[in-house]
This record gives sequence, C-alpha cells and structure tokens, in this order.
Amino acid sequence: MTAQSIKWFWFASPHTFFPLAGKIARVCAVLAAVFGVAGLYVGFFVAPTDAQQGEVYRIIFIHVPAAWMSMFIYVVMACWAAIGFAMHTRLSAMMARALAPTGALFTFIALWTGSLWGKPTWGTWWVWDARLTSELILLFLYFGFMALVAAIDDPRRADRAGALLAIVGVVNIPIIYYSVQWWNTLHQGASISFTKAPSMAATMVVGMLLMALSFWMYSIAVALTRVRCEIAESER
Amino acid sequence: MRARESSISPSIDLLAVVRTLLWRDLLLAMRRRSDVATALLFFVIVASLFPLGVGAEPNLLRAIAPGVIWVAALLSSMLSLGRLFALDHADGTLEQLLLGAAPLGVVVAAKTAAHWLVSGLPLVVIAPVIALQYDVAAPLYGVLALSLLLGTPVLSIIGAIGAALTLGLRGAGVLLSLLVLPLYVPVLILGAGAVDMAAAGLSPAGQLLILAAILIVAAVFAPWASAAALRISTE
Repeated sequence: MTAQSIKWFWFASPHTFFPLAGKIARVCAVLAAVFGVAGLYVGFFVAPTDAQQGEVYRIIFIHVPAAWMSMFIYVVMACWAAIGFAMHTRLSAMMARALAPTGALFTFIALWTGSLWGKPTWGTWWVWDARLTSELILLFLYFGFMALVAAIDDPRRADRAGALLAIVGVVNIPIIYYSVQWWNTLHQGASISFTKAPSMAATMVVGMLLMALSFWMYSIAVALTRVRCEIAESER
Repeated sequence: MRARESSISPSIDLLAVVRTLLWRDLLLAMRRRSDVATALLFFVIVASLFPLGVGAEPNLLRAIAPGVIWVAALLSSMLSLGRLFALDHADGTLEQLLLGAAPLGVVVAAKTAAHWLVSGLPLVVIAPVIALQYDVAAPLYGVLALSLLLGTPVLSIIGAIGAALTLGLRGAGVLLSLLVLPLYVPVLILGAGAVDMAAAGLSPAGQLLILAAILIVAAVFAPWASAAALRISTE
C-alpha cells in the first residue's frame, strides 16, 4: 500500500471530499466562464463566415461540444457507477447521480440546437437521421436512470440499482447506435448529407475546442456542486 | 453465506433446477389463463387500431405492417414483464429462490424462458394472422414469424433486468417502460427491418443473423445482470 493509494481512498470519504469538491468546483466555474467567453468571442467574431451556410453555421460552437459532452458524460457516469458497484463506495454512486442531470441537459441542448440549425439549412426541424435518433434515445436512457434513482426511497438500493442500469445502458449504447445507423440507411437513403465542408478553418476548430473546454469545466463544477448538496443532505 | 458457497459445488443438477422452475411457472400461468390471454388480446387490439387511425389503404397498410406488428409485440411483451417476479416476490417464493443453492442466474434464465413461452411464443403464432389483416404477401409470413421467434426472447431477457430493478416500487409499470423500451430499440429495428428487406425482394439473412447473435449474447450475460438486480431489490 503506497502513500499514493492511501490518498485516493482518503478522498473517497464524503467527509474529506466535501471541502475539496468545493475548491475544485470554484476553480472550474471560473475556468468555464473564461473559456466560454473566449470560445463565444472566437466563434462569433473571429471565425470566418461559412461559404455554404453563411452565418447560420455558428451554432456549431454550442451544438457540437454539447453533443460531445452528452455522450462522454454517460460513459463517465457509467464508470463511476461501475466503481461504486464494485467497491461499494458511496461517493462514486453520488458522482453518477450528480452527473446524470448535466448529461441530460447537454443531450437536450444538442437536440435543440440541432433542430434550430436544421430548420434554415435542411428546411425541417427534425430529421430521422442516425445521429439525431441515437441522441434522442440517449436522452431516454438518461431519463430512465434519473427516474429509477428518484423512484427508490432507500438510498443504498437507489445507488446500486442506478449503477446497474447505467452499466447495462453503456453496454447497449454501441448496439443502439449501430442499429439506428443501419435502420437509417435502410429506410431513407442519403437524402441529406451530413458531411461538413472537408476542411474547417483553424479558427473554427479553436472556437469549438474552447467551447468544449468551457462545457467540460461547467460539467465538473456543476456535478461537484451537486455532489456537495447530496453529501450535505445525507449527513443531515 | 452458506447458500452462495454451495452454489459452486458440483452436486446441484442445474438441468433439474431449470426443468422444475420452468414447469412450475408454466403450471402457474396455466392456472391463471386470463393473465396470459390479456397480454395477447392487447397485442391483437393494438395492431387492429392502426388501420382505424391511419386509414385502410392497402399499400399503406402493407408498408407499415412490420413496424406496427413489432411495436405491438414490444408493448405486449413489456406489459407482461411485471408478472415475472412480482407474484413470487409477494408470496415469498422469491426469497426462497434467492436463498436456495441454485445459482441465481440460472433461476432467472429459467423464469425468463417460461415468461417467453407464455408471452412471446403466442405472438409468433398470432403475428401471421395480423399480417393477413394488413394484406402482407404470404411469402413474408415465414420471415415475420422467424424474426419474432428470434427477437421476442431478447425482449423477455432484457426486460427481466428492468423487472428486477423495479420490483416492488411505486409506479413500477410506467417506470419499467421508461427503462426497458430504449433498450428494445435494436431488436425493433432489426426485426421490422428483416421483414422490410424480404418485402423489397432482398435477403433478410443479415438482420436475422444479427438478431440471433444478440439473442445469444443476451441469453448468456443478461440473466446475471437480472440476478444482480434481484439481489439489489430484495436485500
């Protein structure tokens, strides 16, 4: 047992994690604001107008990072769930529970901005495209997790049941994604091509990465704040 | 603890466990025939409502038939999931099974198989009759029945996880649908897709083979997830 590993378990206790989470959350909240302002500035004022789509494309700076986060947070959530399931650490289950609403929020933002983007460019609010459909099903998976955890009164059972559902969900996501992709090509050919302009301007990439960093920091700050609330509530 | 240790011992005849549980669950289902019939009637009624809603134009009906039949099968299979563990939970049998020497995964697998025989297999038999209502070409009946034969067991197997997780909760039925229906999506796509492929004159082998693969993987792994869920719900 090295000192390093003891330190890890030191912070696995809600009591010791509480002040640390507060510090990290504060730093991340500030960073989220800084990256967000920089990303939006680059996105709206520096990045060039798209040759094909005009100014409309600028929603990409919110849409794409939100879509990234929506998928990534589910995986992180399932990882925390698996750790909590295997090691019986209460804090891991709290992390999984705290991440779910943020993940659902980003999934919703990705769907909503996608819809707003779709109307001027493809002339319709909604297309049964593979990516849109799997994002919608991801939203249902988040809702299922949150509904299950909320429906169980006993916190221990809620944590473990939610963890199992998150693990089952993360195993299923690739199967769902590929089956939806197959269904899409089967039913309606490639009427709308989703391949973007092959080469993006460097400033566009920079803007998108800044926004992605901002969303990362936001997710960490919000999830840790939510964990602090959970800890405070359970210690009451 | 004793029960878990002895579950590894080779003295238990697993086939006998499966046979006994299967027979018991089928017998119970036979004694409550109306429960079984209700889920089947639900399937027939839902499938019969669609022409009333979308109109009886034969070309339209032919086009939507595979999807409608599969969605109705999904809902009907999901409705009967509540019975999978709830009755045993209510009368204490489930606790005896949890304490018993047989591995819980095998117990769950046997109960799931019984659930499918009662709620899934009849759908396979009835589906061609519904297809007849929808004016589906006769050669497609076989593909439809085969896709249901491969797909409905997956619905029971995956649904068992949801049934175990929601055991004894308030509003378990609605919650179960929220948990399970998103996980059913691949089966729906592949099952209805197989019939669509055959209707278009192409080979449905691809979809059917993947359905079979999903069935095998689900049958091997999902009962253990259900078993873990049962332990969580009853501890």
